[in-house]
Amino acid sequence: MAQTENERPSVATAPPPANSLVDLTAAADVSAAELPPEIAAQSLGEYLRAWLQRIRSGDSGVLPVLLGLIVVAVAFQIANGKFLSPQNLVNLIEQSTIYMLLAMAEIFALLLGEIDLSVGLVMGLGAVLVAEEVQPAGLGWPWWLAIVVSLLICSGVGLIQGTLVARLKMPSFIVTLGGLLILEGVAIIVLGGSLVGIGNSHFSNEVFIYNLFWGKFSPAISWVLLIVVGVAAAGWEWYRDSRRRRSGLVAPPASLTLLKIILAAVAGVAVVVICNVNRAHFGVIDGLPFIIPIVLVVLFGWTVLLQRSRFGRYVYAIGGNPEAARRAGISLPKIRTWCFVLGALTAGIAGVLFASWQVSITTNVIKDANSYVLLAVAAAVIGGTSLFGGRGRTIHGVLGGLVIGGIYNGLFLIGVTSEWIDVVVALVLLAAGTIDVLSRRGAQTRA
Amino acid sequence: MNHDPGGAAGGASAPVEPLLKLRGIDKHFGAVQALYQVDLDLPAGQVTGLCGDNGAGKSVLTRCIAGVHQADHGQIFFEGQPVHIRNTRDAAGLGIETVYQDLALADNLDIVQNMFLGRERLRRGLLDEDSMERAAAETLSSLRVTTVRSIRQPVASLSGGQRQSVAVAKAVMWNSKVVLLDEPTAALGVVQTGMVLNLVRRLRDRGLAVMVISHNLNDVFQVADRIAILHLGRMVAEGPAAGFDRQSVIEYMTTGGPKMQAHAAAVGAASATTTGGA
Repeated sequence: MAQTENERPSVATAPPPANSLVDLTAAADVSAAELPPEIAAQSLGEYLRAWLQRIRSGDSGVLPVLLGLIVVAVAFQIANGKFLSPQNLVNLIEQSTIYMLLAMAEIFALLLGEIDLSVGLVMGLGAVLVAEEVQPAGLGWPWWLAIVVSLLICSGVGLIQGTLVARLKMPSFIVTLGGLLILEGVAIIVLGGSLVGIGNSHFSNEVFIYNLFWGKFSPAISWVLLIVVGVAAAGWEWYRDSRRRRSGLVAPPASLTLLKIILAAVAGVAVVVICNVNRAHFGVIDGLPFIIPIVLVVLFGWTVLLQRSRFGRYVYAIGGNPEAARRAGISLPKIRTWCFVLGALTAGIAGVLFASWQVSITTNVIKDANSYVLLAVAAAVIGGTSLFGGRGRTIHGVLGGLVIGGIYNGLFLIGVTSEWIDVVVALVLLAAGTIDVLSRRGAQTRA
Repeated sequence: MNHDPGGAAGGASAPVEPLLKLRGIDKHFGAVQALYQVDLDLPAGQVTGLCGDNGAGKSVLTRCIAGVHQADHGQIFFEGQPVHIRNTRDAAGLGIETVYQDLALADNLDIVQNMFLGRERLRRGLLDEDSMERAAAETLSSLRVTTVRSIRQPVASLSGGQRQSVAVAKAVMWNSKVVLLDEPTAALGVVQTGMVLNLVRRLRDRGLAVMVISHNLNDVFQVADRIAILHLGRMVAEGPAAGFDRQSVIEYMTTGGPKMQAHAAAVGAASATTTGGA
């Protein structure tokens, strides 16, 4: 930028633009270190207007899905007073875990404008592998080796599919549809027609896998965790926003930062309070389930990768305009392949938890894994991820997964049969897809 | 020095070595000869308007400078030194930036993200958003692109003129010395065109060598200091804009000018004389 600085004076003395009506060239008095106030939005009103503009350009953010969650909660609570009970809410979170993880897996493909139909069965394969590997009668591997190897194999599946899509330019729909069928066969072959369980309390490696889903922190540790993580996150958020405000960069006003922190803190406290209530009919079951921190760690990792790294920026660029990305010197095949690898890795993580959740794996469980694919896509899209690429964040998968889990749980509570539940969820998916299409069309006609 | 357009007084400017000098550029694609012995000067601090009918070779010539194509024959001199531009990276290394007609902006990314696409700054392995935002804001305000509400708004929400401005700002951000603009006003209305032409003048005032490729003679006469005209792959006229009027430019564009016609009538082929001497 040194050159720019040197050339400033010549710009300042340039003749005034011929047409002063042209707003772009409005003779703003540009002095050396000053930024024009228009560039940095500061007041709450300005910020809200910029946010509305983002929504109109098809980038809705998390607010719509948060509103959706509130609607789901209020509607089902009115229909059945047990919906918001602590027992049911923990149950709901457990049911939603797989949706959330698979939606996060699906977002990598969706951001490119592709689709990955195989995430459900990559999860199924991961579940079978991890369960088989820890069997004392079989491989008898330690839990960590079983998890690492399962995740590597799942990532390998993603590498193969990603290579076919990115290098051979095959449609991802076809590649992952083929992958899905192959994986179903392979998973059932690996299972060998038997029932594989991880519930035997005599074997510590099986117990570890079992505890990934069903284990929990004690109420005291749950509070400590919340306070440590919450204070660190709130402190970082506040520090970053205030530093950006001070140096005149675009930042939300202090009131908004504070509001966000307060809302997040309320949500965090609510979750821990709910989880610390005894939810057992007999005896005591309380405390934060491990799955919540596991989902949050995956969410944090992928959010940093997609929002703060060069790789993530390139993923969004390819999803938005592949030609622009290519001209900027980005290797499209490389980034695309990596997206499929990361999606399959996330599906593998879901697979480990799926094995833990199901406790015993059978052929039917593997076939059932496939039914999660469309729910994963639905969760991502309901969360605000676009089917056309370039728009969406990992958090959308988590929130969308909660909405799907909430609808399933609520409809079941009020006695709707599973066929009708599928119909309702499919209608919600179609509604979210319609909104996605309409907002995209709106953005295009304006451009 | 330059080929004298229609006998008008040329060569008024001092004989300073142009920043970018093309001599005898040939380019063919299979049997089709796209450029014959093209000479072109792009002096610093001046806007050169490149005119020509469809298929005259404007885009091919631009792409040869930008490194998308490589010339078959001929030499390119940058700051007096002969250079080889084999790819777009070479061109960028010399400080030659091209703004294509389709702008190559990602709609879903914001202005800062677009301006730094492919050249992101990192800090401890992660994107250094603060420094990139500051640099982008400085460049935009130095070009007086100040109507955008926030440089963190996605490009999809910008008007056509604002998008063009962002694309141009992106091009000049990298200490570039030569900026090639392909039809910068083609998709714009009157007000937005004025906006972009002012931006082009500002680039010139910063001392950049600017080439504007345009069909629109209004725009060319408003902004160009020099005019170069291609006809069927040949440079039929090149010189200060004062030496041309609308009529003569149209004649050069459509028929190649009096000399081309005379040659065509007399011999039928004599490219050497029409392109003039260096």
